[in-house]
Amino acid sequence: MKQLLWWQKGMVGFVFGVLAFLYLPIVVLVVFSFNDSKVTSFPLSGFTWHWYQAVFANAQMLTALKNSLIVATCATGLTLTIGTLAALVLDRHDFPGKGLFRNAILLPLSLPGLVTGIAMLNFYKQIGIPQSLTAVVIGHATALLGVVVSQVMARLAKTDHRLLEASADLGAGPVETFFRVTLPAIRPAILGAGLLSFTLSFDEIPVTYFLTGRDITLPIYIYSTLRRGITPEINAIGSLIVLVSLLLIILSVGLLRDRK
Amino acid sequence: MSARPIVTLDGVTKSFGSFKALHETSFSIGEGEFVTLLGPSGCGKTTTLRLIGGFELPSSGKIGIAGQDVTTNPPYRRPVNTVFQDYALFPHMTVAENVAYGLTVRGATVARSDIPRQVAEVLEMVGLSQMGGKRPGALSGGQKQRVAMARALIRKPRVLLLDEPLSALDVKLREVMQVELKRLHRELGITFLMVTHDQTEALALSNRIVVMEAGRIRQIGTPNDLYDRPATPYVADFIGATNLIEARYAGREAEFDLITLPGGAQLRRKTAGNGGFHPGSAVLIGIRPEHLRPAAGDNLVQGRVVDTLFHGDSIRLEFLPDGATQPAFAQLARGSSLSADALLPGQPIRFAVAPEDVMLFAKVAA
Repeated sequence: MKQLLWWQKGMVGFVFGVLAFLYLPIVVLVVFSFNDSKVTSFPLSGFTWHWYQAVFANAQMLTALKNSLIVATCATGLTLTIGTLAALVLDRHDFPGKGLFRNAILLPLSLPGLVTGIAMLNFYKQIGIPQSLTAVVIGHATALLGVVVSQVMARLAKTDHRLLEASADLGAGPVETFFRVTLPAIRPAILGAGLLSFTLSFDEIPVTYFLTGRDITLPIYIYSTLRRGITPEINAIGSLIVLVSLLLIILSVGLLRDRK
Repeated sequence: MSARPIVTLDGVTKSFGSFKALHETSFSIGEGEFVTLLGPSGCGKTTTLRLIGGFELPSSGKIGIAGQDVTTNPPYRRPVNTVFQDYALFPHMTVAENVAYGLTVRGATVARSDIPRQVAEVLEMVGLSQMGGKRPGALSGGQKQRVAMARALIRKPRVLLLDEPLSALDVKLREVMQVELKRLHRELGITFLMVTHDQTEALALSNRIVVMEAGRIRQIGTPNDLYDRPATPYVADFIGATNLIEARYAGREAEFDLITLPGGAQLRRKTAGNGGFHPGSAVLIGIRPEHLRPAAGDNLVQGRVVDTLFHGDSIRLEFLPDGATQPAFAQLARGSSLSADALLPGQPIRFAVAPEDVMLFAKVAA
């Protein structure tokens, strides 16, 4: 490799600095989750599984985790279904107001969750959806439509429409063509949008806070316990989430690469 | 056309918004024929093919395939298959999966256990036996072309539609594939309907050619018909090059039409009957470059040399016929009797043309 000049070395150092700043907190989080002490500060005082045991013994936290998983899964499923259908229609048909629709569907993403949350709370009350996890699912699914529609549309735009004609030519009806030709083509976009939607829904606070009834989700639970300071238990569940996210990312990269 | 018709278009039109892609068109294709739709881009040939394939629905008129009215049928309910211009192979499937696709769709009547044998058979037929496991991305243009053919043929269509099948290939490969197409047509006995803008391809492959221009059929005929007896100056110029010279009809004498060239000289044209021209009317005569022989004698076209182009086996000579505004071309064999000096620009030159090689057209106001 070529010898770097001093200022180039500086820039490389800067890049690594940024990376460290991004990931060190996570490393610290994981380290403290194994630290045998009630206070989360250095110096470390020995290794323990205690905090993980505490997590699995904490019924409230587990319920919150379960709620979060249910909300994220349902919201992702709903938004993927509706968003993919919407993208297909947008891609295939021209209608007046199409451009407006495309941009309007992205707006909820850029609006502060606070505004979306209050607006949805009001509206859902008017149309008779009570504050509940169902409301949260609908709220998340609606707000996340933009992610799915934009990703899937971008992918569809890159897909050769003649493949659909070829499929029809070879005897496949529209439904069969969708499952055998269109879906494989947009699979990476659906997978990507699904992962992103799941993550966004999983840790979403403002909209959830407004729309949920008595049920609380994990982020809201963590937020509420923070008043008593960061407990090692929270570090433990945080570490678990980091681990699961990592596995999901590896899985999705694997799935996408397989098809290239 | 003697065979019974397998495809019939009856008064078919197609408009896209205010643009009329196809004016009222009727023709039929006989079972087992190799028919080419020929014309420049935008002439309506691809639209016609897509109407037959079912990818577009006609604005009016009827389309019949194998005795059935399929005018409004979707592509998956027509006994035809298409080889697409850019092949449209499914990128996420292997070659074998692509080829098997038409047998694995719902409603296909082939037994699952018989599919691998049929795939192998059709891949063998197009010379790709070893390629079944590859993805389309790993194939060359010619191989993709063969896979597209195999995929369409495995359905045993009554008619195979080919949309500019060879246009994406380089010249050498195109010639190889032309031979291949002709062989497949002969061996399978299926009707082929091909769209192309390449007249040499059309002449080489087809039993009949449908020449189209601006959404209309200009002439239908065998390659020989079109070459020897083009119906219009457009067809004459599109099928092989033709020199078109404005002239005046002078009258008839025995079995000859007499035509006065712009320079004043008279040319004779041998025909069975007068085409209905009046003496004095403006006409266009057409002479193919290879029919102009540099010689003295009778029935002459005279002019001055403009330029010569060396073509290897022949020399293409550009000259301006006396009194004409447009240059004309002659094709001279190498080592023709003309000396190099005689071919210098500005030199007078004369060509004899046989009376039967002169084509005559009414001059249509541009």
